Amino acid sequence: MSTPNIPMEKIVEKKPYFKYLRLNKMPTIWCPGCGIGQAFRATCMALDELGIPNDKVAMVSGIGCSSRTPGYFDGFTLHTTHGRAPTFATGLKLARPELTTIVFTGDGDALAIGGNHFIHAARRNIDITVVLINNWIYGMTGGQVSPTTPTGSYATTTPYGNYEPQFDVAKLAIAAGATYVARGTAYHAMELKKLIMDGIKHKGFSLIEVLSPCTIVYGRKNRMSIEEMYFWFKENTIPVKAWEKLPEEKRAGKIPRGVLYHDDSRPEYTELYWQKVKELSGGEK
Amino acid sequence: MAAKGIVVVKEEWCKGCNICAAVCPTQVLKLDKVKAIMTVAHPEKCIGCKQCEMICPDFCIYVFTPEEYEEIVSA
Repeated sequence: MSTPNIPMEKIVEKKPYFKYLRLNKMPTIWCPGCGIGQAFRATCMALDELGIPNDKVAMVSGIGCSSRTPGYFDGFTLHTTHGRAPTFATGLKLARPELTTIVFTGDGDALAIGGNHFIHAARRNIDITVVLINNWIYGMTGGQVSPTTPTGSYATTTPYGNYEPQFDVAKLAIAAGATYVARGTAYHAMELKKLIMDGIKHKGFSLIEVLSPCTIVYGRKNRMSIEEMYFWFKENTIPVKAWEKLPEEKRAGKIPRGVLYHDDSRPEYTELYWQKVKELSGGEK
Repeated sequence: MAAKGIVVVKEEWCKGCNICAAVCPTQVLKLDKVKAIMTVAHPEKCIGCKQCEMICPDFCIYVFTPEEYEEIVSA
């Protein structure tokens, strides 16, 4: 049975987070079943729930599948060079501290070419929210091995299985100095919305790692269907509180999700910067 | 049994990934394999849990309560 065609204005009325979408740019460019859509929806819902108007949000991205997101976002958007999204966001936040700055980036963008930019933004503890879509592969360029490809899985450049160890994004960010680190998955939509909301509210560098299936490239190389990939997240991730109670030998293969690290004690970079400006200009600014 | 939710699919945006049908607890949705779009096969079974809406990566599936739907259609 086909459903009646409801005009988009009516849907926007009933689903308030649709006001953050550029509806004339839809449908999205991503492959069928790609998890970036859920992360984008969670971000829009979080912004809607926090009541932030469209002209108070800036979305910054680099290059990659996930970095196409700002194209569909109705607000201030910035599509920048490969891996440098946190850098551009730093400049933006310093100049316009009143804007909620969200960086949408991928694993190849933030961890491979932009690894340095990412860790230094975390070190400065600047008030930006990084939504890192971790799909374990370079999806856009045809499935090359990325820094987060799990050991033993297949990619275009590792036809005999990947033998490199993978990055743990959350641990990397905590070590670099991020003050809010969380992990969600594309399957757990409402939980992801809450994590992103807390990340936006947090004053300081917040990283939300979103485990997302690359259904077409990673799924094809590793013989997994779209549904299998989503249910893999359901079965293999557990809430961080349950994970902490697990004995050491049972933790293998399980990924904790939820708020992994939260610290409110460190000063925020933008405040320090404007304080310094005030100090040096004799209180004029 | 009357449906507790009305499912609407925006067919122009649907890519047919089938993930909404996989998470639906009551098998309301069915994939049209020829056109690769989702169809509402059993609208009467919907319990209004909105899981399909929340998991849809393409913003193309909407669940309304019967009252909301009535309001939209009558307007």
